[in-house]
Amino acid sequence: MNIDKYEIVIGLEVHAELKTNTKIFCNCTTKFGGEPNTHVCPVCLGLPGVLPVLNKKVVDFAIIAGLALDCEIAEYSKFDRKNYYYPDLPKNFQTSQYDLPICLNGYLDINVDGETKRIGITRIHMEEDAGKLVHGGETISSSDFSLVDYNRTGVPLLEIVSEPDMRSPLEARAYLEQLKAVLEYTEVSDCKMQEGSLRCDANISIMPKGSSVFGTRTEIKNLNSFRALQRALEYEILRQAEVVEEGGTVIQETRTWDDAKGITLPLRSKEEAHDYRYFPEPDLLPLVISRDWVERIKKTLPELPQARKERLIKEYGLPEYDAGIITGSKALADYFASCVNIYPEAKTISNWLMGDLTRLLNAGEKEITDSPITPEMLVEMLQLLDKGTISGKIAKTVFEEMFETGKRAEEIVKEKGLVQISDQASLEKMVDEVIGANPKSVEDYRAGKEKAIGFLVGQVMKLSKGKANPGLVNTMLREKMK
Amino acid sequence: MDLYRLTIHELHEMLIKKEISSLELIKNVIDRIEETDPKIKAYVTVVKEQSLAKAQEADDLISRGENVGPLTGIPMALKDNMCTEGIPTTCSSQILKNFVPPYDATVTRRLSDEGAILLGKLNMDEFAMGSSTENSAFFHTRNPWNTDCVPGGSSGGVVAAVAADEAVFTLGSDTGGSIRQPASFCGVVGLKPTYGYVSRYGLIAFASSLDQIGPVTKDVTDCALVLNAIAGHDPKDSTSADVQVPDFTKYLTGDVEGMKIGIPKEYFAEGIQPEVKDAVMTAVQQFADLGAEVEEVSLPHTEYALPAYYIIAPAECSSNLARYDGVRYGHRTEESEDIVTMFKKTRYEGFGQEVKRRIMLGTYALSSGYYDAYYLKALKVRTLIKEDFDRAFEKYDVLISPASPSTAFKFGEKLNDPLAMYMSDTMTIPINLAGIPGISVPCGFAQGLPIGLQIMGKAFGEGNILKAAYAYEQVAGFYRQKPNLTGEE
Ligand SMILES: [Zn+2]
Repeated sequence: MNIDKYEIVIGLEVHAELKTNTKIFCNCTTKFGGEPNTHVCPVCLGLPGVLPVLNKKVVDFAIIAGLALDCEIAEYSKFDRKNYYYPDLPKNFQTSQYDLPICLNGYLDINVDGETKRIGITRIHMEEDAGKLVHGGETISSSDFSLVDYNRTGVPLLEIVSEPDMRSPLEARAYLEQLKAVLEYTEVSDCKMQEGSLRCDANISIMPKGSSVFGTRTEIKNLNSFRALQRALEYEILRQAEVVEEGGTVIQETRTWDDAKGITLPLRSKEEAHDYRYFPEPDLLPLVISRDWVERIKKTLPELPQARKERLIKEYGLPEYDAGIITGSKALADYFASCVNIYPEAKTISNWLMGDLTRLLNAGEKEITDSPITPEMLVEMLQLLDKGTISGKIAKTVFEEMFETGKRAEEIVKEKGLVQISDQASLEKMVDEVIGANPKSVEDYRAGKEKAIGFLVGQVMKLSKGKANPGLVNTMLREKMK
Repeated sequence: MDLYRLTIHELHEMLIKKEISSLELIKNVIDRIEETDPKIKAYVTVVKEQSLAKAQEADDLISRGENVGPLTGIPMALKDNMCTEGIPTTCSSQILKNFVPPYDATVTRRLSDEGAILLGKLNMDEFAMGSSTENSAFFHTRNPWNTDCVPGGSSGGVVAAVAADEAVFTLGSDTGGSIRQPASFCGVVGLKPTYGYVSRYGLIAFASSLDQIGPVTKDVTDCALVLNAIAGHDPKDSTSADVQVPDFTKYLTGDVEGMKIGIPKEYFAEGIQPEVKDAVMTAVQQFADLGAEVEEVSLPHTEYALPAYYIIAPAECSSNLARYDGVRYGHRTEESEDIVTMFKKTRYEGFGQEVKRRIMLGTYALSSGYYDAYYLKALKVRTLIKEDFDRAFEKYDVLISPASPSTAFKFGEKLNDPLAMYMSDTMTIPINLAGIPGISVPCGFAQGLPIGLQIMGKAFGEGNILKAAYAYEQVAGFYRQKPNLTGEE
């Protein structure tokens, strides 16, 4: 099927849990985990008679995010009740913001294939998170029982709604990555997608290229990673195109992403959509945000990803590609900064971070903040490499060992006897052996075939189990074959 | 000695002079409850042991010569929608029949800090929805003046307990008249303070933007004393006003010379019982005799208050009562196959007719497509009503009207006619919509049933209301009359 004839229209709704110490309407801790129903009080349990009191920190954080995303901060904003029944919602309504959100009309610049694109941000609003359900069976309706944990209930959330400005799954992914970076840089959210502190719903439709009328959209829920977002959108585009190609029409509905099967499934149709019966929250006063308040917060805004990227290029001469990847995550950029502080070879560091470290982190499903290798440890290893104590090849082995055990490079080198052999006497025997065993290559070399030397060096390296100093071996071989 | 007949200020004098002990007083009132409550049925719960223990503590304080406040050692009771830690708080509903709050409402805490002693919890219309207390899921409370009549509602138990001398004072809640209308039916003093004056934290919500807690007492002096204790900012209630609270007793001067009193003509329209109108007009004349300047005034949007109220209050209630679903506390149905039937059956079994009616009204009014026509329009009406009052209070210190268009009616008389029942709150509802304070004080009798005079003031104008009420009470003297419950004399 040719999907090139369709224009793709994507908008994202992102929920970010805020990093405040306490919940949005009570003093309970927002700490992740904890025994079920231990981070709760009458207020967040919605017991009869309780009233919410707004945590001012939540407003601060919303203003920070709004400013970082170039939004207007509303002078007058209010909370509303979103009414629906679900057992993870203690009051059976969620206190949220409906028609007067705190932030409006912002944007975020993303970079795809070297091109910068501006994605509009419609609004940002504050709301409370719900609890967590654990079903006895597969779903709430097929289970004999479900258990509910209200620890997460009342953790503050920002909902960040984009304009339908993205035209490909790749752009959507880039937007989410860039948004995550902004929220991390401003320290508004942890953005841990596995823990659910950053969640994303996608609205997607297709229309014939050149059309100005959007097609019917579907909303996809349960997108818990960048990969899931991209795959789900790719799948959904094909599905919608197929429906259209077969002469059908796309139905407006909410769908859920099944990561294991790699497909989206219908969740509920437009007709089954809730009527949330929004109305102003009578237990909270409208929120009036003075311009002083906004100015005060503006002064505390940290460096944002785009600015940091430009700085890395200018200050350390990093290629734009490297700078983009390193600053894509605040933690990675901070890691880089710690390294470059004590070791001046910026590009070498960037190579290790983007290459081996990222590979090992991904394989171990770890965040950079949980890396067993600290910046100091990485730099120590690089210094061993510089001194010639270990070879580049050995360094990779040592690095993996460091990641696995958390031991320092020097310790591993000593334990495993990985020190590079750099004295001629020890290498002589091996060099002689290789020359003796490969008369054909020796002949080729002597006949002027430069390539043969590479093969011979490789043979010595193999014999030395990678410990031989390759430069020295090269010189010795040439000497002996003269 | 019949200590139960006395007021807070009388008992306080005796307590600090050590003429009586709190223990003696509590025992005396509990004896009274045991004697008369089987007939009146004001109490849902009585905490006898706890109150006796607390009385001992109060006596210790007094005997140590500590400087105690006027409520120390005084027995009181709370409407059963105010949370009391460790003591059932039911809202007179099946759905909360077994609910024991793990925390105290702010008013509960404040009264306890003042040394007042909780005797128990009082019957009400389920979730404060009703005007006769016939909507209690448990039993009917009877009017002490005529036990064939309702005590009014929703704070029926609250006023009956004071009228029957089963508590020295009580706290009620008032969303559309639930303190003032029953206070008028039972001949006691009942005040609905300015919205935001008394913390709602721990008051089980009916309609959040209208609910307000207030005192029910035997006289105006007691009303001022209780208001002193419960009014004031509470950081736990975002809608509670951060204002200075005066000592309200300083307004009890008896002097209303030059006070400007408005008589809103819309409150004397058709449908008002002639004896009620006469009693109120007699009271107005007495004010004039005391030197007040009395004038007729118009509050033109009054007739729209009732319909606006019956949109706004049910809308808020439909959301506030959504939490009673059987998941966390309260009643849960025995028969549920899945979550949806559990929600439905729990609520079907747990709520009474009137509560269901209002949840449906409110759900409808907030539904998409109806919101603008109903809820939004009702909010606009609310603003107009507020503006009516604002204009009136530019000119007048207080306004006077009946607290209810009639005296207490008989059981069953209006139970199957919701509209007739709703009409009994026409005098009180506009005050809630405007957020201003209003009091009901006894101003006469018709066929042996009390009549209530409503005095309204501007926001945080409780001082003027109490000043007028006190001056009137001293002249009229109706507060001294008591119902005869035991057949003596
Ligand atoms: Zn809490």
